[in-house]
Amino acid sequence: MEDVKVLGFWPSPFSHRVVWALKLKGVKYDYIEEDLPNYKSQLLLQYNPVYQKIPVLVHGGKPIAESLVILQYIEETWPENPLLPKDAHERALARFWMQFGLQKGPIFVAFFTTAGEDQEKATREALEALEIIEEKALGDKKFFSGDSIGMVDIAYGWLAYWFPCMEEAVGLKVLNPATLPRVHAWIQDFKEVPVIKENLPDYGKMLAYMKKQRAKFLSHLPSLNH
Amino acid sequence: MSNEVVLLDFWASMFGMRIRIALAEKGVKYEHREEDLRNKSDLLLKMNPIHKKIPVLIHNGKPVCESLIIVEYIDEVWKDKCPLLPSDPYQRAQARFWADFVDKKVYEVFKGVWLMWAKKGEEHEAAKKEFFEIFKILEGELGDKPYFGGETFGFVDISFITFYSWFHAYETFGKFSIEAECPKIIAWVKRCMQKESVAKTLPDQKKILEYAVQLRKRFGLE
Repeated sequence: MEDVKVLGFWPSPFSHRVVWALKLKGVKYDYIEEDLPNYKSQLLLQYNPVYQKIPVLVHGGKPIAESLVILQYIEETWPENPLLPKDAHERALARFWMQFGLQKGPIFVAFFTTAGEDQEKATREALEALEIIEEKALGDKKFFSGDSIGMVDIAYGWLAYWFPCMEEAVGLKVLNPATLPRVHAWIQDFKEVPVIKENLPDYGKMLAYMKKQRAKFLSHLPSLNH
Repeated sequence: MSNEVVLLDFWASMFGMRIRIALAEKGVKYEHREEDLRNKSDLLLKMNPIHKKIPVLIHNGKPVCESLIIVEYIDEVWKDKCPLLPSDPYQRAQARFWADFVDKKVYEVFKGVWLMWAKKGEEHEAAKKEFFEIFKILEGELGDKPYFGGETFGFVDISFITFYSWFHAYETFGKFSIEAECPKIIAWVKRCMQKESVAKTLPDQKKILEYAVQLRKRFGLE
């Protein structure tokens, strides 16, 4: 029985963030799969009463929720293989870009859950966000954190693997390697990092799951006017 | 080594107030620059090109954006005085969680009431219900502690206390009393207001109400 437990859900990019950080630091943990969305376990309700969401990290019986909060906790508790820069200003910049990803999240959710005009708007906004990520967040660096991956790369992991899967499930390509070459290159490099490569959900399984989710969202949309 | 600190701010912004409180707690000297949000300065646009928003802290020429990130930065740089975040990693995680909750949820329900002022009936009641749900969660988290941080005023207190300047405006719009529903929150507010850094930073609630009324007219919400 490990002192560290992770409550997660296999298709969630957020619980993967926690797994990646722990593995990069060589921390042993027990993984508990939550059977979402069918059922929220007693453990989940007990450990995250405010949001009732995964991931939750439990260390010595004490729970921490919200993936970006968890990542910073992991960084501070297990300082080996640091994921954040030492310099305070660079750290603030790293946090800024993680916050940016969080702020733009709803756009990508809208891309996946809507159709017609709403989806067109979401697609435009997603492209704008991606252009900023390409030019300003990534720039000329191999990874967001420099020569090797760090917390910001982990935070943008959804972009490397989940977003392309969403594009396939939705049937719309947004991330064009020709117009977003740096993001495209980063995606390939990110997926090759051993800890990441060995800890991704099966693509076929995830695509099937996303297609099912997409169909559900479409069936709930008000009928499109002609 | 020079230590030039400039704050780009707006007097009514609860986010800008957080920075002023943090800098005051640390006794940091800084130049305060008031922005006209309808005519943003070149400096603001240069220092925060992504969001073009205040507050921005410019330390020795380098910008830091996003209020909670700025507060953490201030705590890390001026670490010898008045720690704003706890030293224990678990307590820090809890502080970040609750400050994030304030940002996510308090701001959201404030917006809900803002939009609902002109509406009546069910929609107004729904907005009011959501507002108090969030406040009650915060009251629960505060419990019997003097501050969210425990014995000392800290990160979560800073993130939430600045909303107090807008309470009167929201009570007027929402037609409710925060003290009646959440007395512990108001008791905590009074405790925080005894701190010089808070009392000197928060603008007068009546001025905020006047400003809020002007804003509503401008946005055609009247």
